[in-house]
Amino acid sequence: MEQIITCINCPVGCRMQVVLSDSGEFVSVSGNTCPRGSAYAKQECTLPERMITAVIPVEGSRIPLSVKTSSPVPKDKIPQIMDALSSVSLKAPVRLGDVIISDILNTGSDIVATRNILL
Amino acid sequence: MDYKTDILIIGSGITGCALARELSGYQASVTVLEKGSDIAEGATKANSGIIHAGYDAMPGSLKAYYNVLGSSMYPSLCSQLNIPYRRCGALVIALDENEIKSVEALKKRGESNGVENLSLIGKDEILALEPNINPQVVCALNVPDSAIISPYEAAYAFADNAAVNNTTFLFDQTVENVIKNSNGFTVQTNSDTFHCHVVINCAGSFGAEIHNILCEEKLEMTHRRGQYYLLDRSSEQPFSRTVFQCPSHMGKGVLLTPTVHGNMLIGPTAEDISDPCDTATTAEGLSEIIRKAVRTWPALSVRQNITNFSGIRAHLNSGDFVVGQNKEVPGYFEAIGIESPGLSSAPAIARDLCRQVVDYMNLVRKEKTIVYQAPSCSFHDMSNEERASAVESDPAHGNIICRCEMVTEAEIRAAIHRPVGARTVDGVKRRTRAGMGRCQGGFCMPRVADIIAEETGIPLQKITKSGGSSFLLTGSIESYLKGESNHDQSEN
Amino acid sequence: MINRKTDILIIGAGPAGLAAAVAARESGVESVLVIEREKEPGGILRQCIHNGFGLHRFKEELTGPEYAQRDIDRASDLNIPVECSTTALSLSADRSVICVSAEKGLQHIEAGAVILAMGCRERPRGALCTPGTRCSGIYSAGTAQRFVNLEGFMPGKRVVILGSGDIGLIMARRMTLQGASVLACVEIMPYSSGLNRNIVQCLQDYNIPLYLNHTVTDISGRERLEGVTVSRVDQNRKPIPGTEIHFDCDTLLLSCGLIPENELSTGAGILLSPSTSGAVVDETFETNIPGIFSCGNVLHVHDLVDHVSAESQKAGASAAAFIRNKKHTTSFISVCDGDGVRGTVPQKIHRDADQEIQLMFRPTQVFRNSSAVIECDGQILSRKKAMIFTPGEMANIVLKPEMLNHVNGDSITVRMERN
Repeated sequence: MEQIITCINCPVGCRMQVVLSDSGEFVSVSGNTCPRGSAYAKQECTLPERMITAVIPVEGSRIPLSVKTSSPVPKDKIPQIMDALSSVSLKAPVRLGDVIISDILNTGSDIVATRNILL
Repeated sequence: MDYKTDILIIGSGITGCALARELSGYQASVTVLEKGSDIAEGATKANSGIIHAGYDAMPGSLKAYYNVLGSSMYPSLCSQLNIPYRRCGALVIALDENEIKSVEALKKRGESNGVENLSLIGKDEILALEPNINPQVVCALNVPDSAIISPYEAAYAFADNAAVNNTTFLFDQTVENVIKNSNGFTVQTNSDTFHCHVVINCAGSFGAEIHNILCEEKLEMTHRRGQYYLLDRSSEQPFSRTVFQCPSHMGKGVLLTPTVHGNMLIGPTAEDISDPCDTATTAEGLSEIIRKAVRTWPALSVRQNITNFSGIRAHLNSGDFVVGQNKEVPGYFEAIGIESPGLSSAPAIARDLCRQVVDYMNLVRKEKTIVYQAPSCSFHDMSNEERASAVESDPAHGNIICRCEMVTEAEIRAAIHRPVGARTVDGVKRRTRAGMGRCQGGFCMPRVADIIAEETGIPLQKITKSGGSSFLLTGSIESYLKGESNHDQSEN
Repeated sequence: MINRKTDILIIGAGPAGLAAAVAARESGVESVLVIEREKEPGGILRQCIHNGFGLHRFKEELTGPEYAQRDIDRASDLNIPVECSTTALSLSADRSVICVSAEKGLQHIEAGAVILAMGCRERPRGALCTPGTRCSGIYSAGTAQRFVNLEGFMPGKRVVILGSGDIGLIMARRMTLQGASVLACVEIMPYSSGLNRNIVQCLQDYNIPLYLNHTVTDISGRERLEGVTVSRVDQNRKPIPGTEIHFDCDTLLLSCGLIPENELSTGAGILLSPSTSGAVVDETFETNIPGIFSCGNVLHVHDLVDHVSAESQKAGASAAAFIRNKKHTTSFISVCDGDGVRGTVPQKIHRDADQEIQLMFRPTQVFRNSSAVIECDGQILSRKKAMIFTPGEMANIVLKPEMLNHVNGDSITVRMERN
């Protein structure tokens, strides 16, 4: 079967046709104009991944802590990851780079602080 | 709850507030009931802000009488109470031969009403005064005594003065019933009951409704909406005077006027609507304004538009104000149908009504009344020396919260702590101008909300734009993450 | 009132101001002062908690706060004073600024050179003249972003977004992730001005429909927003009657354009360009007022902060050169917007410019298989081909100094040409 996806690596936004096997496995891609496109297409059709960024309240601080995943995580795990963040209780101080949750939901990715909250 | 008060005023628009201030000089308890969440939430905050000279109203009418008297009272009132006021003058322009007759008629009418200094001037003189007027202008009525004011700031000043002299202002009080009894009146609202000797109806768009509860002879009111454009402040507005149009083939004309703070107002429409609370603007109304305004200002551009708004005029079908003690119901006084020239007339209406109530109740003047003055100068308008002193005496003047209008944290806190203080974002806005600039609160609104929360103890989630359920926020991140999340969208 | 002097005064400690400050110090000017109206430096990046910043400059993808921290740390390492909670009130052509803070009161700062780095504001509803009621729940996307990311509060539950620029797209994802329902993104143009990656990652990922060629034509709700009406528009961007779609929502986010904040600038007599709403500058980023420079979003609205930093570094170095009395004596060549091009910066170039100049501009529409050219008197000085030029992505074409030798006239033009 075929799937159309748009590459997000650069402003050209090549529309690519991806051929998948009957079991949904990546077979081939056309329509890309560079190798980054085909790599993206393969990943996107096999296991779409995204970076997540969010904020978590910090006790005693007006400003919540901004966090990110340390690497892209499977897109279909986003709702559970957001739920997991809701059970985090944080206290200041927190420093940029601090690991808030290690290996979230077995994705191999950490939740990492992206700003300092020093009271 | 049950309350007792000598005098109950219904409505805290310009008329109710002016009257409250007058009555606060007498020994009597006065309570003002307001259905909104703040002073001046009806037509008083949504009009052209013009203090008319008085040529427009029909000779012999109450409108004519109160307009001329009221507008003569404003200069000293504004000076005493620090209400922004400027006598900028006005022109009523005729753009073709037919309109000349209208302009001549207005001059005659004005003279009958006792308006001074009116003159007819020709094209050259008009264009010398206002070079941006349509060069096809034929002649104009020159009205040097026409003035502009900040109508809601006037209402706040009157209300604050009443409040420091022991007038009680109660908000979110919608009058549902007024019953005459042997002692006076029982007034029922959505939440409380009031027992008083005298009721004064200054209820704006709801004036006829309240009158008709009490009186056999009914009044009929038409709600007439007027929409406006408000252009950004500029030191180079196209007009330094208010410019009126005559009625034409397009119907009633629109006006273009500088405001007392240096913005430009263009409008209004005049649409009869059924719902007195429908202050929406409409695509048709806004485009009608442009079509008409371009006759005065061919180079019209709304590129500098920062907002549109509308107000509802309380028009009595009989055409004139109804002011005074009602003949049917002793102790019931009213000021109804206070559409244009209502703003101009308010101080005079208030003075007359006050005299009548004083006579009726044999009230004694208080020995001393306190005069409350709004700040005489905003930080924005101060010289640098004045600003330096202001920050020295209150460092909170060093935190600029609204940078478009240069409103300081100290000014915002002060507005919240005025005798009838702000408790909403719009209440702060109209008392300080925070949020009235180019970015329309995009930058300052979160900060204003924070300050209101700090000063009033109201939690941030409960802060409103203008009372009622106009909340700014729907909850904290925490509450969303823990309970009310809606993560199903990606699976749809 | 305190009187102070400094060699270089920078207004704004966002990415532009900080990069300019660091560059000025690294060029050898000791006396550099940055003033910032917020409580902390970092500018708008403080609330841009998403990633996508720094790919060009740092070869890594950072979130906004992380990118800002790089410059904040560098400025701190260099001991550059950054005075926060300080608001500039006025700027004069003699390079003096009146500013105020609670701590220091009113200050009059005389500077050898001033760098304007005030950033931009968002276009409000009033500028669109959208009819309807004036209820709560209508926010510019940036204000909503501030509530969510810097205060931890949700502005609403059911959201419609007007404008498919990047801020609107980012907030579509942001609101959804934090638990709101985003019902639609409405865009008046036939294309989105946002980056493709954001269309995919912010709208498509969450099945948020994008309505191109549509706009909001009515707003309802007496106290809090209750709904909006969206209509299709014709080729003149006018609503087509009969195409109305109604959305029940409690929040409308406006992402309808950014406007450089040049109120201080106009007060000093700085000339602005109508096509950028920013100052008219030369290749050193100097405005028409000697010693006053402009960079970052206050000069022209950028898409990538990496470009803001690069431009601001040049402005900082130029201000430093100005302090050291390096003056040009030659006349200017003007740079004009030709066919298909808008908002070229810089708008003028010294004839004796001796460095490569990047002319930055936006195409007026999408151009595929086209070139941008620099032309003078019918002669093409330079050409840059690309598969796509899109209004949502600032483009640039390099002008080398030797090309100016061929220029006899007073102006050169940047325009688009189809291949």
